[in-house]
Amino acid sequence: MASSFTRILSSKRNVGILSLVGGSVAAGFLLHREHVTAGEPLRRRYPASAEYPDLRKHNNCMASNLTPAIYAKLCDKATPNGYTLDQAIQTGVDNPGHPFIKTVGLVAGDEESYEVFADLLDPVIKERHNGYDPQVMKHPTDLNATKIQSGVFDERYVLSSRVRTGRSIRGLSLPPACTRAERREVERVVVDALSGLKGDLTGKYYSLTLMTEQEQQQLIDDHFLFDKPVSPLLTCAGMARDWPDARGIWHNNEKTFLIWINEEDHTRVISMEKGGNMKRVFERFCRGLKEVERLIQERGWEFMWNERLGYILTCPSNLGTGLRAGVHVKLPRLSKDPRFSKILDSLRLQKRGTGGVDTAAVGGVFDISNLDRLGQSEVQLVQTVIDGVNYLIECEKRLEKGQDIKMCSSGSNVPNTHLAGSGSVL
Amino acid sequence: MPFGNTHNNFKLNYKVDEEFPDLSKHNNHMAKVLTKEIYGKLRDKQTPSGYTLDDVIQTGIDNPGHPFIMTVGCVAGDEESYEVFKELLDPVISDRHGGYKPTDKHKTDLNFENLKGGDDLDPNYVLSSRVRTGRSIKGYTLPPHNSRGERRAIEKLAVEALTSLDGEFKGKYYPLKSMTDAEQEQLINDHFLFDKPVSPLLTCAGMARDWPDGRGIWHNDDKTFLVWGNEEDHLRVISKQKAGNMREVFRRFCVGLQKIEEIFKKHNHGFMWNEHLGYILTCPSNLGTGLRGGVHVKLPKLSTHPKFEEILTRLRLQKRGTGGVDTASVGGVFDISNADRLGSSEVEQVQLVVDGVKLMVEMEKKLEKGEAIDGMIPAQK
Repeated sequence: MASSFTRILSSKRNVGILSLVGGSVAAGFLLHREHVTAGEPLRRRYPASAEYPDLRKHNNCMASNLTPAIYAKLCDKATPNGYTLDQAIQTGVDNPGHPFIKTVGLVAGDEESYEVFADLLDPVIKERHNGYDPQVMKHPTDLNATKIQSGVFDERYVLSSRVRTGRSIRGLSLPPACTRAERREVERVVVDALSGLKGDLTGKYYSLTLMTEQEQQQLIDDHFLFDKPVSPLLTCAGMARDWPDARGIWHNNEKTFLIWINEEDHTRVISMEKGGNMKRVFERFCRGLKEVERLIQERGWEFMWNERLGYILTCPSNLGTGLRAGVHVKLPRLSKDPRFSKILDSLRLQKRGTGGVDTAAVGGVFDISNLDRLGQSEVQLVQTVIDGVNYLIECEKRLEKGQDIKMCSSGSNVPNTHLAGSGSVL
Repeated sequence: MPFGNTHNNFKLNYKVDEEFPDLSKHNNHMAKVLTKEIYGKLRDKQTPSGYTLDDVIQTGIDNPGHPFIMTVGCVAGDEESYEVFKELLDPVISDRHGGYKPTDKHKTDLNFENLKGGDDLDPNYVLSSRVRTGRSIKGYTLPPHNSRGERRAIEKLAVEALTSLDGEFKGKYYPLKSMTDAEQEQLINDHFLFDKPVSPLLTCAGMARDWPDGRGIWHNDDKTFLVWGNEEDHLRVISKQKAGNMREVFRRFCVGLQKIEEIFKKHNHGFMWNEHLGYILTCPSNLGTGLRGGVHVKLPKLSTHPKFEEILTRLRLQKRGTGGVDTASVGGVFDISNADRLGSSEVEQVQLVVDGVKLMVEMEKKLEKGEAIDGMIPAQK
């Protein structure tokens, strides 16, 4: 504060400084237009206590963890690219949340955000990821699809299978903070790498700015096209800036491997197909990801990853694997059973409607996927989904026959072990 | 966004070509004016509070515009924006305000006695009269840029000033974040309550950040004088009443504004004003008087007349639906107001409304009788 004062006094004439105590009648500098020069960021500063957001009606992970002390400690810091705490938390300030759904309430503007603002991000990560402590724990990465057991579902119940994750390009800012040039560079790097994919992964890129009406219609019909974000959770974080500049969709000719560029993350990678062959979906997922990684490394780039947090993505909820593996599955009877939610919880699964997050189920068909992202590997999480969905189908079949379902207690029907730590994340 | 202006320096690592926005599908004033040359010249500049060119133009990049409505596409983050980025903003201002030149001077006239007539608009046609403007408080940054601390300081100052008013201006402040359900209901019924902006023109410029922190509504006990705090501008000042006595509405408007300004000056925070641009507001379209004086008027016949638009243009007036900008008219009732803001005074602009509406009501009456109005169509004002 004192240093900005001396700068003001030395560089301006006719400046009246009245009082600079935050709280009472506000201070002001009388800036006469003719003496204003650009360049020196003479930002009037208020003390942290005057800037601290009002979070009394808020219910998100940021609001639960941002104390005035942490705010005061971090509010003057910036990452090397200039991203600040206020920018990171803006989305959580603007979106108080919902009494039943606890959103994260903050985003990272770049890889360094997770370090510079660790005093806030570490407790948020711990809360969101079921007790995972980034200060002491290590995250396992395992993309070896051969380890998956069974994984071909009964197609009388499972209509489609899908695995998605995200990847960020190290050295470029993330969607909340990236400049237009950086975003265009992400597009260039990724599209260039994707053009090197061969065999069943051969495909084509469709830029949102250049696609024809026909291409757009086809992508809509295939359910591939993503649109400008309307959710205020994303727009308040600045992720929709400059839309649709440098945004696009790449997919292979077989339409089973799809990449979104510059939506909520640098890339979102999706492997999917109709039917119940989750094993094949995951195998293609792993193969495609490894191939893309090899191609970008050939060109001198790499993905953002570290052993503390796994793959680095924009939203802290997607750290670790960033992986959501799921199916559209018909569970008309089980879904009406009052024990349904509890069963899902114990299986570490979540349900969504078939339109994705925040939609309702239609015709008893649910989107069932893993809850966890961080602390377990990709293989572990996909196995969890496979074992869990197989169990849900068993339950549905028993209900069809008029039998009662066999309740699973933790570990009895689902072979793999879960991370210690109880309590629902939501 | 406040703080973090090292981010602008970081962008300078990239070339102009790499950072220049794609405006090929855009139709707003900013897109028509901004060239790579101008972008290159201004992109390393900042105002003293740290507002940058990319901040100014972001809303125009994110909102390409509409083929028929020409939006401005840029905002100011502080008073100095109009100076530091004048190479962009002067041509935008010229395009928006009928050729206004960088050397032109703007006349301010808030002497209501200079208004002629205006107290006799036919209440059978004119349902309500209203005058609004905005004011920015010198020494603070504007809504696209200000921080929570600054916005709260603006609110505190505004509340102190307004609650010291008395007589016909005695009133009460209702902060958005702590109003009771009953208060909220009443303010909605009075058509006073403003809501969080949903228009992307505003949200992309950062004006809805931290809502509803620091926002509120003040109105006098008579409910004829109303001030919005920290919506699109520091202050929006509104004088209104039912029926057609625009003269009285304007009197109250001028008197109230002058009283408020005196109080702010005493605190050494007068309003942002200069003799070139008049009153400084967030959107360049509101420079000058920032004044929109208008009526809700029943013109079912005239509005369907083929020359309606032409008449409005000649009278220097514009029409909106009764829900405000971008709404449709209901039951032949239109919101008719002045089109100009910069280059003519408050009195002149309200005079145009008063005279123009009077003429249009007479036209409506003629059309009711089945008579022609061709002889009444005015020359371009």
